[in-house]
Order: sequence, then C-alpha cells, then structure tokens
Amino acid sequence: MASHYEAPIRKPLVLGDKGYHDVTVDIAFPVEGKANKHWWIVFTIALAAFLWGVGCIIYTISTGIGTWGLNKTVNWAWDITNFVWWVGIGHAGTLISAVLLLFRQKWRMAINRSAEAMTIFSVIQAGLFPIIHMGRPWLAYWVLPIPNQFGSLWVNFNSPLLWDVFAISTYLSVSLVFWWTGLLPDFAMIRDRAVLPFQKKIYGLLSFGWTGRAKDWQRFEEVSLVLAGLATPLVLSVHTIVSFDFATSVIPGWHTTIFPPYFVAGAVFSGFAMVNTLLIIMRKVCHLEAYITVQHIELMNIVIMITGSIVGCAYITELFMAWYSGVEYEQYAFLNRATGPYWWAYWSMMTCNVFSPQFMWFKKLRTSIMFSFFISVVVNIGMWFERFVIIVTSLHRDYLPSSWTMFSPSFVDIGIFIGTLGFFFVLFLLYARTFPVIAQAEVKSILKSSGERFKVLREAGKPLYTITKGGKVRETILSVGENAGVAERESSDHQPALSLLRTIGTFDPTKNSPDDLKKVKGIGPLMEKTLNKLGIFSFLQVSKMGEKEYEMLDALTETFPGRAQRDDWAGQARKFLNLDK
Amino acid sequence: MYTFSNRLKITSFILMAIGALAIGVGFVSAPTTVEQAKAMVAAHDDGHGGAHAEEAGQAAAAEHSGAMAHEEAGHGMSHDEHLLHQLQNKPWAALYVAAFFFFMIALGALAFYAIQHASQAGWSPLLFRVMEGITSYLVPGGIIVFLILLLSVLHMNHLFVWMDADVVAEDKLLQGKSGFLNPIWFLVRAAIFLGGWILYREYSRKLSLQQDGASDNANFKLNFRISAGFLVFYLITESMMSWDWIMSVDPHWFSTLFGWYVFASMFVSGITVIALVSIYLKSKGYLEEVSDSHIHDLAKFMFGISIFWTYLWFSQFMLIWYSNIPEEVTYYVTRIEDYKLPFFAMVVMNFVFPILILMNSEFKRVNWFVIMAGLVILAGHYLDIFNMIMPSTVGDQWYIGIPEIGAVIFFLGLFIFWVFRALSTVPLQPKRNPFIEESKHFHY
Repeated sequence: MASHYEAPIRKPLVLGDKGYHDVTVDIAFPVEGKANKHWWIVFTIALAAFLWGVGCIIYTISTGIGTWGLNKTVNWAWDITNFVWWVGIGHAGTLISAVLLLFRQKWRMAINRSAEAMTIFSVIQAGLFPIIHMGRPWLAYWVLPIPNQFGSLWVNFNSPLLWDVFAISTYLSVSLVFWWTGLLPDFAMIRDRAVLPFQKKIYGLLSFGWTGRAKDWQRFEEVSLVLAGLATPLVLSVHTIVSFDFATSVIPGWHTTIFPPYFVAGAVFSGFAMVNTLLIIMRKVCHLEAYITVQHIELMNIVIMITGSIVGCAYITELFMAWYSGVEYEQYAFLNRATGPYWWAYWSMMTCNVFSPQFMWFKKLRTSIMFSFFISVVVNIGMWFERFVIIVTSLHRDYLPSSWTMFSPSFVDIGIFIGTLGFFFVLFLLYARTFPVIAQAEVKSILKSSGERFKVLREAGKPLYTITKGGKVRETILSVGENAGVAERESSDHQPALSLLRTIGTFDPTKNSPDDLKKVKGIGPLMEKTLNKLGIFSFLQVSKMGEKEYEMLDALTETFPGRAQRDDWAGQARKFLNLDK
Repeated sequence: MYTFSNRLKITSFILMAIGALAIGVGFVSAPTTVEQAKAMVAAHDDGHGGAHAEEAGQAAAAEHSGAMAHEEAGHGMSHDEHLLHQLQNKPWAALYVAAFFFFMIALGALAFYAIQHASQAGWSPLLFRVMEGITSYLVPGGIIVFLILLLSVLHMNHLFVWMDADVVAEDKLLQGKSGFLNPIWFLVRAAIFLGGWILYREYSRKLSLQQDGASDNANFKLNFRISAGFLVFYLITESMMSWDWIMSVDPHWFSTLFGWYVFASMFVSGITVIALVSIYLKSKGYLEEVSDSHIHDLAKFMFGISIFWTYLWFSQFMLIWYSNIPEEVTYYVTRIEDYKLPFFAMVVMNFVFPILILMNSEFKRVNWFVIMAGLVILAGHYLDIFNMIMPSTVGDQWYIGIPEIGAVIFFLGLFIFWVFRALSTVPLQPKRNPFIEESKHFHY
C-alpha cells in the first residue's frame, strides 16, 4: 500500500488527541452502551412504517396488481421508479469501499462501513419491487434459468430485465462478502472486549474466529484488494444494466446511448447524498465527530457536486441531441417533459439535481453541516423525481394520442414505498446498535499518518512519550482542535484521571443516564460522587477495572486503599450488567 | 535539466520531412476528374481479380441502402461523381485523422493533468513537467486542426458535407440542424474551445513553474481552483467538440454518448503517452525520482481507462444494435460491412490486448512491457479515430497507404519535436509543490 508519509498540508482525518485505544473505545461505545430514548422513538416510527408497508404488500399480493395506480398507457410507474431509486442509492457503498480503495483515498475509512451497510439494505429494498410486481412472488424462482419440466418455460436471455436479476444478485452477494470481510477484525475487537458470555459467543461467531495474526492480516489485505477489483466493474455494471432496461427499448426519451454512464453517475450521486444524510445524523448520535469530520462531509459534498454536474451535463446532452436528431418523436418527448403536464416533476428534478449541488462550489456552504444535510435530502428527492420523469413522462403520452393519460399513485403504491423506507431504517438502526459502525481496524492503520495527534506531534518535532531516569513514562499531551499545535504541555501525573478513563472508557452523563453505582457493595453515596467527579458513571466502566486501574483509583481518591479490589467492584459491576440484559 | 539530444531532433526532422513528402504525394495523386477516379478504381480491381470487384459492388450497394448523408444528398449526383469526391477527400481525411489524433493526445494529457491538480493527488507531482511538455503540443496541434477546419469551411475539401449549401438545400434534416451546423458558428465554437484549453494550459503551467520559486502555496492553491473550473469547461466543450469535429462528418447520425466515448479515447491515449515519455526520459537517466511505482500507476490507468473505453464502446454499440433503428444503426452497418478489419481490430487492440498484457501487476512494472502495450493502445486509438472519420468521408475507398502513414509520420515528428523541445526548457522535477515529498515517497 501507499507510503505512510503524508504531506503536512493534508487535513487530519481523525481529530483530537486520539490514540489507538481511544479509537477502540469510541467505536465500541454505541455497541456496548445502551440505546437512548431517541433511538427507540425513531425505531418505533420506522417499524410502524415497515409494518404498514408489509400490510400494503400483502394487500397487493392477495388482491392483485390492480390495486396500484397503473393503467394501460402508464403500465410501469411508481414501482420501477422506487426500484431504480433504491438500486441507485445502493451504489455509494461499494464505490466508496472499492473504487476509493483502488484510488488510495484514506478518507473512505471512516465512512465505508456505514456506506456499505446502507448499500446492502437499500439493494434489499430494491429487490422487493420486482418480486412484488410479479404478482405471484412464490414463483420468483422462475426468473432463474433452472432446468424444469414445464415445457417451454425458460428465461428470456434477450431481456435486460433478466440481466438485472443476475447483475443485482451478484452485486448484493459481492457487497455482502466485501462488507463482512472488513467487519471481521472489528467484530473480533468487540468479541475481545465483551464482558457477557452471550455477547462474546455471538461476536465470536460473527468474527469467524479472527485471531489477528500477521497471516490473518495478510490474507485480509489480499482479499480486500481482489474484492475491490471485482466490485469496481460490478458497481458500473449494475446501474448500466438498469439503464438498459429503458435504453434498449424503442421509446422516445428512453432509447439514448448516454444512459449507461449517466445512470451510473446519477446512482453515485444519489448514493453519496444518502450516505451524507445518514452519517450526518449518525456522527452526532454516536459521538463520532472525531472520525466522521467536517473534512469527510466536505469531500462527500464534492463528490456530490461532481456527479451532479456530470448528470446535469447528460441532461443537457439529451436535450440537445433530441433537437439535433431531427426526430420528431424524440423532440416532442423532451418538450413534453419540460412543458407538458408533468413540467413540475421535470423542473423539480432539474432544480434538485443540477442547480442545488452547484452550491457546493462555495467552501462555506460545503463545510456547513446543516446545509450539507439539507442538500443531501434535496438530492435524494431530486433523484426520485429523475426516475419518475424518465419513466412516467415518456410513457404517458405514447404514439397514439387517443390513449394519452396521466398516472396517479394509489394508497398502496405510496404505502409500499413508505414501507421500504421504514424497512431500510429498521435495518440501519439495528445495524447502528450492533455493528462497529466505523472500520476501526482501518482507521487505526492511518492513525499515525493522518491522526491529528500524530500530525501535530510530528510537526512540533515532539516524541509520543519520553522515559525519565526514574523509569516513569511521560506522555506528551497536546491541546488540539482549533489552535492545534500551538499550545502544548508535557505531563503524565497531572491528569491521571484521564489516563484512567482512557482504559475504562469515557461516559457522557448528558447523553446517557448514569447507573446507580451505589448498588455495588463498597460504594456509598460519597464514593459515588467521587467516582462521578472522576468521570466514572456506569457499571460498564467499573467492570473494566483491573489491578492497575484499582491502584490508579486508590491514588486518586486516597481513601480506603485496596477496598475496591477487596470487594471486587469490577466483578460486581459485571453482574449488574448481566442483570440488565 | 533535460537537453534535447541532436539525434532525437534530427529524427523528428526526418520524420516531418518524409511525412510532408508523403502527404504531398497523396494530394498530387488524388484524381481530379471522374475518368481518373474510375481508372484508379478499375486498376485497383484488376490487380485483385473479379471476386474483389464483386465484393466492392456489394459494399457500395450496402452503403446505398443506409441512410448516409451522401446518398440522400446526392440523389442527382451520379455514382462516379460520388467516387471522385471520395477519392479527393482521401488525402484530406488522412491528414485530418492524424492531426486530430496527435492533438487529442495532448488534450487527453491536459485533462489528466487538470484532474491531478483538482484532486490534489500525491503520487503524480513528479510527472507534472512531463505532462506539461506533452500539453505544450496543444498550440501547434490546435492551430493545425483549426486550419483544416477553416479550409473545410472554405470548400477546399468535402470532409463535412453539411458545409455544402447545395446539399443542405435538398436536405430537410440538415436544414433543421443549420442553427447549430453552420460554418461561421462552427468556427467560432472551435475558436472558443481551443482558446479555453490553451489558456488554461498556459496559465496552469505558469503557476506550476512559479510555485517552484515561491515562498508560499498561493500559486498551488490558485492552480487547484482554476483546474477545478477548467474541468467543468472541459466537460462541456469536449462533448461539443466531438459533435462538431467528428460526429458531424456524418451529419444525419447522432448518439448522446458520443462525446464521452471520444473522451475515453483521448484520455487513455494521453495517459499512455505520459507513460511512454516518462519511460523514455528515465531510460536516458532523467527523472531519477520517478520509480517503477509511478510507472505502475500510469499503467494501471492505461489498463483501467482501456476498460472504461470498452465499456462506453460497448454501451453505444450494443444499444444501437439492439434497438436497430434505421437512422442510427446505419453507422455500424457501414462500419461492419466496409471496415470489418479496422473496426474489430480496434476492439482487440484497445480492449483484449491491454486487458491481457496489463492485468498482471508485475507486468505493469516492467518498462518495456508498458511501452509495448502503450504502442498497441495508441495504434488502436488511431484506428478508432480512423473508423470515426473515414466511412463518412471516403466510404469504401479506404486503405491505409501513403497518405495515411505519411500524415501519421509527419505529426509524429512534429509532436516529438515540440514536446521534447518544451521538456528541455525547464528542470524536469518540480521543487516546491506541497505534495512533492509524497510523490517521492510514493511506493505501491
């Protein structure tokens, strides 16, 4: 891989005074801690939406596709729009992990895990639509070329819809393998930190017995590179084939050669927008601001701007060529898009996808978190409209003016779409609580070259620590952040509480409710206050104490030396943790 | 500091001289009357026996069945007169293909160069002077292409049928397009494209050189900004250029993907030449800091963009073939019927060959392997341009003979002379680029 040297002008990718152990603690925090109220509220809403969608799906299947708003002229509308929208969103994950891996972009490491999770969850949503649209989903296996005894029943290899079946299922499997491979060392990290036997067992199974030997790492890196090489053409192929669904047909507005690359650019565009939407919330909720930094958001905004401009260029090319071709049908299709009864959809698409990303040319705007969030939602809406415009406006006025009509979705159409949104968020919220949401092993690999702590030390020419004659290790502590590298002081004994927290983990009482430490035998109200002052609030923290930590604690509190060890606070705390679960 | 060796200089002059001579021969031997043209074709056929003549007849018939502009436009024109025009076009088309091909190498390298600046790549700054040397050819190359276009507008040749007012008068479709395809507007556009590209090239080069002697990163930052801006300009103008300069030789045909397809071709050619020039300079003992890892990265780009080119080639071809709409599919019908060999050879050279040769990561570090692959890729993309221009300008009267080879040799000589002269004017290694250390430390 690339050299560890990094130019000083590159911005740090891990902010703050973070060492290796801090990364572990910070990333394990959402998995090891408890869900707060907000999570439960959002999860309940998502679950309700999901169940509503399940109801609509059951209604569709038991009654028939007639429950949808389709008609003779517009025989493909809301369902395929949602399908393409979800597949498109499912592009960013593998692009970030595979293409950015090949381009050696270190910033992908903070976002690839969640982006890949998002990819997999959204491809699952996409896959639902063709299956529901079959009407008889129990015969879904008919889309596979399986030898059978039904006479002439065989799949039509000439149809891009069939290519889609292969393309998307391959993409889903490779993405899943890629995602899981990256997860192995991180699951092992959670496994090794788990206090409860059940968790240890589960994460042990999930990590496939990862040991962390050099051989494991070597295989890990090799397989990542091979999978990246395989996944890159796959990312391109999936949306290319989706675009073939339209472009191979002889319908004005659909048959145009620019569709394959333009669909891929649009997919990456919408995928990054969705990653931005999710991660801007997640970094806040899971306290990952040090890892998913403003720099990351800025770079994603730049990708959104680039792909948005490519998509805009394609829109204009299509428009121009429709005129240039001299083909009346083609010219009318585009005139109808822009000025016909669906003009509002066309101009929503133009505004959201072409104009709105151009704001990202301004540094102030692309580094504003609120604005980025706003634009990412706008782009998601715009990309939904893009598919709606391509599909519905090309169909609703066909070659025969007597059959011209409009499309209006039924409550079932809308319900299924909302259901997939709910399903998506159910999956993502569960993921956020059980998976390490940042590829911590990879982040650690760039910590020395791109971590703020190491960068500042390197520039200041200071060592990480010094050992005095007495054998004491003195760590160099820096004040980092806004005025990084300016102020610095050396210390080891000044802030022992910090080094204690570094090993047992930090706790933010403003965001989580503290445990009642008084339950532990040997901790009274006074001791609880002392512990709280030191930053110890939870059983989880206490449970991680060992001999060294007890000693540190004794030195800090200077009361009842040896008591914590005698009463086995850590063991007791572990029991309370068990009771909670 | 690189010195332009006399041997290379003399080689480039000889190439130019031979090329110019061959181009002259091509023009002189073009027929001036219908009788001469018929005699030439007859002589050619006699040499090859009757079977070939029959074949040629079939091909001509096939061409007539297509909706080619010439046929529709020339209902009044006899077949023989048509033949005369094709043969008269031949030296011009040969000149134009070669002029455009070498120009597009410089333009492709310019796009790559701008992307390096805009993406703040850390591996490539050591190669900036090489890229700048190659892009210096934009000025002479651009002027020559512009002159050929100007001569077309002045009716010195018939490369662009839509420039012929008589043809347009009989053609409804061309009348519809005349808002875009009209000679003055065409030249104005060409001037804007060329002006913009050259302006960026010269300004970015100036900033890049100033950065070497600067005490801060102001030049570097400005270069980053103008490169990002340039890429937007390039995205739009490159597409339009390809419609103007290439797609409109076949003015009835259209494809929305065409601009990006041409871009892939020029991008991979530009990167290939960057690799070839770097390896040449390294072999002469220059560019000490450029390691096999840098060559490896360039070769990876050659590999990747070759596949990207194939992706676009396939997308355009497959969609048109699948839909089988007469006004679109005629483009490929002509090529497969009359240009079978160059058409499929190009796909092999631009896709099969690079994918096989450059797949292995060890091979990408073997310099002579990269050179071999690069030469085949360049030849393949010359053929690609050849296949874009020739079918609509010379029809089935194509062959790769004195005018074609002569034009390539001439522009190769000019390219070598101009690029290496530019390389010898400044030190080959940038000094104060903030990423230069990263580039030196770069290893795969």
